[in-house]
Amino acid sequence: MCGIAGIIYRDGSHDIGRDMTRMLQSMKHRGPDSTGYALYGQPNDGLAVMRYTLADSNTPRDFEFDERLERHQGRVLQRLKAAGADIREHAQETEYAHRVTFAYDGDLKDLTDRIEDIPDAEVLSIGRSLEIIKDLGDADTVCAQYELDDFGGTHAIGHVRMATESDVDISGAHPYWAYPFKDVAVVHNGQLTNYFQWKRRLERSGHRFQSECDSEIIAVYLAEKMAEGADLESAMRDSLEELDGVFTYIAVTDDALGVAKDEMAAKPLVLYESDDVVVLASEEIAIRAVLDREIDTHDPYEGEVLVWQR
Amino acid sequence: MAAVGEQRITYDARGLAEPHAEAPRTAKVTDGKATFDAHDLSTRQINLELRRLLYEEGITDVTVQNPGAKHSIGVGILTRCKITFDGSLGYFGCGLIDGPEIQINGRVGWSACENMMSGVVVVEGNAGSLTGAALRGGDLVVKGQVGARSGIDQKGGTIIVMGDAGSMTGFMMQRGRQILCGNVGPGLGDSMYDGTIYVGGKVKSLGIDCVPGEWTDVDTEFVNRKFSIYGLGDPPELQKFVCGKVLYSYDNLEPSERKLVL
Repeated sequence: MCGIAGIIYRDGSHDIGRDMTRMLQSMKHRGPDSTGYALYGQPNDGLAVMRYTLADSNTPRDFEFDERLERHQGRVLQRLKAAGADIREHAQETEYAHRVTFAYDGDLKDLTDRIEDIPDAEVLSIGRSLEIIKDLGDADTVCAQYELDDFGGTHAIGHVRMATESDVDISGAHPYWAYPFKDVAVVHNGQLTNYFQWKRRLERSGHRFQSECDSEIIAVYLAEKMAEGADLESAMRDSLEELDGVFTYIAVTDDALGVAKDEMAAKPLVLYESDDVVVLASEEIAIRAVLDREIDTHDPYEGEVLVWQR
Repeated sequence: MAAVGEQRITYDARGLAEPHAEAPRTAKVTDGKATFDAHDLSTRQINLELRRLLYEEGITDVTVQNPGAKHSIGVGILTRCKITFDGSLGYFGCGLIDGPEIQINGRVGWSACENMMSGVVVVEGNAGSLTGAALRGGDLVVKGQVGARSGIDQKGGTIIVMGDAGSMTGFMMQRGRQILCGNVGPGLGDSMYDGTIYVGGKVKSLGIDCVPGEWTDVDTEFVNRKFSIYGLGDPPELQKFVCGKVLYSYDNLEPSERKLVL
């Protein structure tokens, strides 16, 4: 089933980590397997932020697990420096998840590929303001684990996952970063029926996939379109023609948030819009988790693409 | 059965424990009318309180404040009564009802009034997809817009929508009527068996076997009567759509009947 949510403030920074946790926790019944966030904080003097993992919470803890994590962590920092990144800050968020801030003007694809060449390393996101955090468990669990309550920013998307077609692990959790584009991420509810066709096509174009999850196609598809010069909205409109299946997805960049619904409108989305904020989710109950009052909401129609700027 | 002093725990359909499964008994009753605030109550508590008031206390006029768009509220009410929801309902609101007169001062989510048998439901705001799915009787009035597939598998009753409607409205409709005052999305009345759909706005496309119907005085009388009952003003100019009866030929005799005729 899965649940998706998005929020974009038009009046400055808010506690988007706390807001998104409330929204996602209220939709736990739509997917208890994993929870993920794409949070857009304030850009930090042009520095890049990379979130990456070196294992899963359910990876077997063999005798060499700790030693392996430490060795791989060292190699990540080594490769960042070798690629020309000037590391400013490094934080170990959990046993296996890290956040590193650095100055870098080179090719993000090259950098990402170098990091992911390290066994078990997975780059969740790179951006000036985007940070993707995802892990197993419900929103309250992930929020506490990564201390997201105080995360300030302008917009965010999130996802609660009921795993149906791929494993319960961090790779299969949403959101997906639109590798190798900074600050672009996607959450999705539905199924894509031409998944393998598009995966093969995009792999031939040099894109890589972190998971076996069909939803990752959307992020990479949008990245491909934007590389060709399309803006977010037109890339999303193209997706309605070229991606088959039933889907509602939310895509987000450093300054915009958009939603697309397939021609059958088979997957739910409820939308609230005011001058100050736009909030959308699979269920209105999630919107009420941050706006605890009577509000006027509606469902976008089939084939609609809506994009808001912050 | 729980021992004395032991808390009884019940389980919902997914096996999740609901430790507060007793009616909260928070309603205030004045002049035979009951009101309670649902803001801090779970779905199960709200429904238990409603049922306690209707079935145990015999009260026939209940107002539920702050339902908070929670799911599955007001379902399975099988008695003549008046219920007012001061606020929005989530998914599956007022499903499987038979008899009540329900006023919703807000919005409803997906599948509102699914399988409704009789009664009246008036929604002041918008409604999500699958509104009135498998409706069997009664009147459902939505003063805002509705999502996709409203009246899917409708088997009777009337759905009135004052705003727009989404794709595949009236999909596989079998009986009953829909009055859609706004624009309608693609695939209107797709694969319908029977029934009548009136549309005031533009139709993006007709579904398979849905065709324009001939307007009669009976249609005029029906639409005027429904608009009058619910104080909806003058109805807009409407087009009528019915089943072309090409896709399904269920007017033909059943095999057993055919044998008798032959």
